[in-house]
Amino acid sequence: MTEKELDLSHESIRERIYVLVTSYNKKSITLHPETTFSGDLELDSLTVMDMVAMIEDEFDIVLPLNLLPDLETIQQVADAVEKIIGEK
Amino acid sequence: MSKDLFDKFQAVIDQYSRLPADAADPFAVRMDEVLSQTEAVIDGQKTILAGTNNYMGMTFDADAIEAARQALTDFGTGTTGSRVLNGTYSGHQELEDALRDFYGTKHAMVFSTGYQANLGILSTVVGRGDYVIIDADSHASIYDACAMGTADILRFRHNDAADLDKRLGRLPEEAGKLVVVEGIYSMLGDRAPLKEIVAVTKKHGAAIAVDEAHSMGFCGDKGRGLAEQLGVEDQVDFIIGTFSKSVGTVGGFCVSNHPKFEVLRLVCRPYMFTASLPPSVVASAKVAIGKLRHGSNLKDALWDNATKLHAGLKAAGFRLGTKSAESPIAAIILDDTEQVTRFWSALLRAGVYVNMALPPATPQGLFLLRCSVCASHTPEQIERILTLFEEVAKKLGVALSETLPSDADAKTKETQPKSDAAAATA
Ligand SMILES: Cc1ncc(COP(=O)(O)O)c(C=O)c1O
Repeated sequence: MTEKELDLSHESIRERIYVLVTSYNKKSITLHPETTFSGDLELDSLTVMDMVAMIEDEFDIVLPLNLLPDLETIQQVADAVEKIIGEK
Repeated sequence: MSKDLFDKFQAVIDQYSRLPADAADPFAVRMDEVLSQTEAVIDGQKTILAGTNNYMGMTFDADAIEAARQALTDFGTGTTGSRVLNGTYSGHQELEDALRDFYGTKHAMVFSTGYQANLGILSTVVGRGDYVIIDADSHASIYDACAMGTADILRFRHNDAADLDKRLGRLPEEAGKLVVVEGIYSMLGDRAPLKEIVAVTKKHGAAIAVDEAHSMGFCGDKGRGLAEQLGVEDQVDFIIGTFSKSVGTVGGFCVSNHPKFEVLRLVCRPYMFTASLPPSVVASAKVAIGKLRHGSNLKDALWDNATKLHAGLKAAGFRLGTKSAESPIAAIILDDTEQVTRFWSALLRAGVYVNMALPPATPQGLFLLRCSVCASHTPEQIERILTLFEEVAKKLGVALSETLPSDADAKTKETQPKSDAAAATA
């Protein structure tokens, strides 16, 4: 593992999630914490599930799909990831 | 004034209205007469049915019809009750006996549809604190079952045992886990690598349910499905199936050897809170299952047709969902909604009825014509289907490859990053 991958600080988690979300930002809109997946990024539910799989792999965590209804924004995903990492 | 509740469907209404106006309306096709397993009259025209799930041609089996007729006379048109409240007749139990016999399992439970069998089993056997891990391309009924249940839901990359392994490996060792896959996937007609998936599942001590909806009847020596064919049946905890495909009627089931399986009759809501199947349906299903058991001629005929159709389409240069005929389903991959609709419509006008399938109901966002064969299709019918496919492609200017084998199928797409874009397939 590289040093970066081990860095699980608040800032680093956020930064890595932005990088992941960027690959789904087809319209190249400006991303901010309140950007929504279905509204702003226009992702369908299947694409959101693909993105979740990438996030799980990035952080080596389990992010069950039943949490999705509460994860509408980048901020909410970042908070959820941080919480899951904290519980590990 | 409160808002119109139907506003949320505007995107769907818009998508529907964008279908080419001069093409036939895929949602308005009506069969006025059904002449046989493979032919119907649509708009006054005799039409070859090439998109049904009537794989073994059981819908017009003379013995199944006679059994249904007799049951109708003896037991009436319906049970008017659920399986647990005056809706279990001797026929329902005989049908469960027939299933136990067919699968060689200790337990069998009949549901009113395959959709409800998935809904019931998958939402009930896993609960809070458990995990259900499903293939990304799972049928809508599997997704819906997960949504209805209380277990944590995970999804692994379609047909990827290594990805499943990785995801199972992240779960707490002591937690209950159920992996869910299908034998054959109905949209592209591809098979699950069941041996590898079962091995990974058992390595992590998880249970596995296999939906054999599209593999019952013609996979395996006894026609039980892919688990039988690949020799892993003894490690599959639940087999789920339907009577609406190879069995030729309607209904669903689950078979298992779990010692406590019968308790499901007391806790499984989609079993308890809906009317049981009508006696006539139950009677024809029982006869049809008996025939599947001894259906080697039908099986041979089906595989013969499947191989011919697949090979013919491939030789013509169509891009297909699988490299070879893995199932009776041939999925023709086209470019966009308009092309699919026009192709589908032209085939219908020429006398062949296939199904069109569009995103989001398709894996990887593909635009498909889903073509499937029946054991009762004649060689002439298969020829006719192939001829019309080629004619329509020419007429519409659909680009066909000079059979470059490597990119003539969907596998090339699968290596792209978005490859496991899932499908809650319809
Ligand atoms: C994989 C799969 N499971 C379940 C079902 C549901 O079967 P039924 O038609 O009996 O509800 C289907 C049929 O659409 C299916 O393709």
